[in-house]
Amino acid sequence: MSENKQNWIKRLAHGLSKTHNSLIKRIDALLWNRPNLSPELIEELEETLILADCGVQTSSLIITRLKERYENERDVPSCDILKAVILEILQKAYAPLNTASFKPFVMMVLGVNGVGKTTTIAKMANRLTDQGRHVILIAGDTFRAAAIEQLQIWADSINVKLIKHQIGSDPSAVVFDGIQAARTRGTDCVIVDTAGRLHTKKNLVAELEKMKKVMGREIQGAPHETLLVLDATTGQNAIQQAREFHQKIGLTGIALTKLDGTAKGGIIISIANELSIPVKLIGIGEGIDDLRDFDPHLFVDALFEESEAGF
Amino acid sequence: MLDNLSDKLQGILKRLRGQGKLTEKNIGEALKEVRIALLEADVNYKVVKGFIERISSKAVGEEVLKSLTPGQQVIKIVHQELIDLMGGHQSKIQMPPNPPLVIMMVGLQGSGKTTTAGKLASMFKKDGRRPMLVAADVQRPAARDQLKVLADSLGVDCFLDHSADRAERVCRDAFKIAEKNGMNPVIIDTAGRLHVDKELMDELVQIKKKILPHEVILVADAMTGQDAVTMAQEFDQKVGIDSIILTKMDGDARGGAALSIREVTGKPVKFIGTGEKLDLLEPFFPDRMASRILGMGDLLSLIEKAQNAYTQEEAIELEKKLQKDSYTLEDFRQQLRQVKSMGPLEQLIKMIPGASKMGLQTLDMDESNFVRLEAIIDSMTPQERRNYQIINASRKKRIALGSGTNVQDVSRLLNQFHLMKKNIKRIKKMGFGMGGGGFGMGIRRFKRR
Repeated sequence: MSENKQNWIKRLAHGLSKTHNSLIKRIDALLWNRPNLSPELIEELEETLILADCGVQTSSLIITRLKERYENERDVPSCDILKAVILEILQKAYAPLNTASFKPFVMMVLGVNGVGKTTTIAKMANRLTDQGRHVILIAGDTFRAAAIEQLQIWADSINVKLIKHQIGSDPSAVVFDGIQAARTRGTDCVIVDTAGRLHTKKNLVAELEKMKKVMGREIQGAPHETLLVLDATTGQNAIQQAREFHQKIGLTGIALTKLDGTAKGGIIISIANELSIPVKLIGIGEGIDDLRDFDPHLFVDALFEESEAGF
Repeated sequence: MLDNLSDKLQGILKRLRGQGKLTEKNIGEALKEVRIALLEADVNYKVVKGFIERISSKAVGEEVLKSLTPGQQVIKIVHQELIDLMGGHQSKIQMPPNPPLVIMMVGLQGSGKTTTAGKLASMFKKDGRRPMLVAADVQRPAARDQLKVLADSLGVDCFLDHSADRAERVCRDAFKIAEKNGMNPVIIDTAGRLHVDKELMDELVQIKKKILPHEVILVADAMTGQDAVTMAQEFDQKVGIDSIILTKMDGDARGGAALSIREVTGKPVKFIGTGEKLDLLEPFFPDRMASRILGMGDLLSLIEKAQNAYTQEEAIELEKKLQKDSYTLEDFRQQLRQVKSMGPLEQLIKMIPGASKMGLQTLDMDESNFVRLEAIIDSMTPQERRNYQIINASRKKRIALGSGTNVQDVSRLLNQFHLMKKNIKRIKKMGFGMGGGGFGMGIRRFKRR
């Protein structure tokens, strides 16, 4: 494994150290020390998975599959089986982010309030700029106080152009202007910020539909990526959010933010299992470069890194 | 809010209620389902465990099983345990003997601290105080601007210092101004931080030590999962919190955090945020919330909301008009506005006992209908509003044009209004007086008590 990749794992594992400690180490200990899957062990396993926000349904699915395999693969370490079970679920819903497929590549970013949409957009823009791509941001959050200013500060610091209107103006109008600007400038990537909104607010979700329609009318196939930003601390409601937005807007990917806190991971497994919307990006810190492509292998590896690696 | 949990629990308990005789097995099975419902609602695993154990030890006693209505008894126990879990009774923010009251808001990024600080300020302002908001968030770009914009829109004082890089200094400077100008309370908005970020948690401890707030409020997102408990405990142990405000309760989150955080920290939930508008902050009543969860409705909150929207004089005036049959479109518009000011319709409906059974919850509550009705009435001349019968085809056309609707919309409104007036007359004729009639009447009766 390259040194770069090693560092990446360390970093992620560090970000996930709490998950690591509470979930994997415990499961590891449980399964190694008591090779028989006793009812008590199953209950403890269920508790551990639920505490990691896997949800009741997904937890019992994982346990059922573990049990099945456990019978047939007696000589494989049980934590490896568990790893394989989780990896299988994650891989089924895997698809990487490819921003080079269209020009301009239009990406629409949405989510409920406070999940970190604007920060994710800034990180994304920074990454694309580093790759030598020309990026334009569109301030589609015309609702929240100072949302435009927040994005402007980011745009200035990473030196990209922000197309904005006044607070309270029609977000679809700014989208239209932004796309015209992207066309004249020969931009590679357009990232559209939207105001945070609960998936239950019909009128606000309809507003998103309208924004999407404007994009599609101006550039064929746009938005090419409709990214839902999810806060990793969110519980089972994350699935509800993904489901509702997917139904109304049609999602192509998920960015999971705030993975640097405690107790994460579980929700990814649930989303992959129940909705098959690929997780494409993960946010692992507040720094501008703390955005990573989601890679199920690395993710599970990081989850299962031995603790003597120094975390 | 809490709807899904509510639906599940009601279903489970309904089955129990239907059974004439209960056995330990029945109860055990029902509790197993209750457990899953709670876990799916993100109530913390350990909290659920304790909750179920307490209920089952109470519910399988002889008294319950042999009582005439064992199902009801179990529901009563669940109800009481829910109330206890959420803190028993309402807790308020106490005013200290020496003003100003200093409130410090803490929490994770994106939990809604700044918006909630604005909502608190708005609430204090309504109580006739002069609150001051302090932007002690020196981390996030534009956080200060956000608070300033909020403060300006509320007409509340806001202290911010763009050059400051230390939150403590900002607070100290703010206090001087607050004391000089008699501002009270002082609400300090701190930067969002992760509970595992040692440096930033230390900063909070330092701020707290220097400014000695009366009330440290943890702002938590109602959609938080199992981690809510870890987060709350960390904030409580490291910084020390006095109370909790849960935000984003207007979504379809099952709100397990509401049930767990109180239990593990022992600190009361004082308010809940139920929308993005700055007046959508409600006091938290554990008993009323328990009733809402179990589908018993929450008439008390509904009545209070109505009382806030209507003054007694208005209610009497309305009653007179109804009696004399001089109720006009102007009065109708006034009522529309008052109902609107009570809060989002869907939230009001959920407070009606049995609303879910009547199928009211699935009604599509489109508030834009209200706006349309108001626009139509606004486009009428005062003469037309006072006497709707003069509105002929040409007037209708003008009104439709002015309100951006069409003639059918105008006719529909007029027809409905006509029907309404006819109904009022009929009720009067039937000799029921106005009992249970107009909206205003009901309110007035509550006021008299």
